[in-house]
Amino acid sequence: MKRVKRRYLALQLECEEVPSEREFVDAVWAAVTKLYGEVGASLTGYALIGFDVERKVAVLRVSLAALNMARASLAAITSVGGKEASVHVLAVSGTLKALYSGASKF
Amino acid sequence: MTRAFADLHLRVNPKDQQATQKLITKAARLGYRQISIPFTSKHSEEELAKLKEACSSLGLDFVSRADFNPRTENDLTHFLRKFRRKFEVICITCDSKEVARQAAKDRRVDLLNFQSLDYHKRFFDRAEAELASCSLAALEVDVKPLLILEGPPRVRLLTSLRREIATAQEFKVPVVVSSGVSEERLMRLPRDMASLAFLFGLDEAQALDAVSRGPAAIVARNREKLSSRFVAPGISVIKEGKPS
Repeated sequence: MKRVKRRYLALQLECEEVPSEREFVDAVWAAVTKLYGEVGASLTGYALIGFDVERKVAVLRVSLAALNMARASLAAITSVGGKEASVHVLAVSGTLKALYSGASKF
Repeated sequence: MTRAFADLHLRVNPKDQQATQKLITKAARLGYRQISIPFTSKHSEEELAKLKEACSSLGLDFVSRADFNPRTENDLTHFLRKFRRKFEVICITCDSKEVARQAAKDRRVDLLNFQSLDYHKRFFDRAEAELASCSLAALEVDVKPLLILEGPPRVRLLTSLRREIATAQEFKVPVVVSSGVSEERLMRLPRDMASLAFLFGLDEAQALDAVSRGPAAIVARNREKLSSRFVAPGISVIKEGKPS
């Protein structure tokens, strides 16, 4: 079976109040489902790898084939947990090691 | 070479200094190099100079831009005659077919913007694209409606945008993607703004060009034209001699 290629995204959450991890994941899934439907959402293969509440930084894993879909839907997020928020993609990397080694940038 | 990103459409009233300063600061933080806030005939040159200064203190290049929503062709030509030499970018919001056609024909127009969500009031069809391709006008797409709309209105808008972008590409009309936002919370990183362009059919390179090289080319071309050394496209004064 062909190995699924993935990408790791470092995300900066911009909001006044910090949402819970659950609220953040729900917002991500809601955004991709609204834009691409359930079939499209299933292609993205979203998985939350880490969520730093203090720095409001999250690391998300997505399928490489659906990277553009994932980026577009993350940019379309305007609220998390019912509160106004935006999500910025700080970095995209093929490995977590490379993503974290560049973590000093963000 | 790194890209210099531009957002040529921050819709804030320059008279509201606090809101303007917030948007400018955030644009600098997000990594934009060039920004623009639309001016109308009601705004003074003093305000424009203040904005330029505020932007340059944050390392931003402020592009002066005027937006106009003419009712008739005569309104449009009158506006262009009056303001073309005063602003670096001229954007025409087209609400009627005659205005859209005249704006696409006129070489003094830089950007064509269709803000209506109604399919029947968006006039960027093949005829419009053909005229625009001859006159160097670009199609401007604001991403704000994509962020604030939901459900059927967003679906209809995306359908229209996808058709317009395909037409623009067929006739080689440049596409400029701008934010069109007036609130800080809707501002996005340049690459995130480009990723929203995937939704209406631009690929990665085209989307990045639409927020960097596309707007930069328009600004560079107009700055050259507005400079005192400009004679004609490709001809400029290098040195002035003394009369003997």
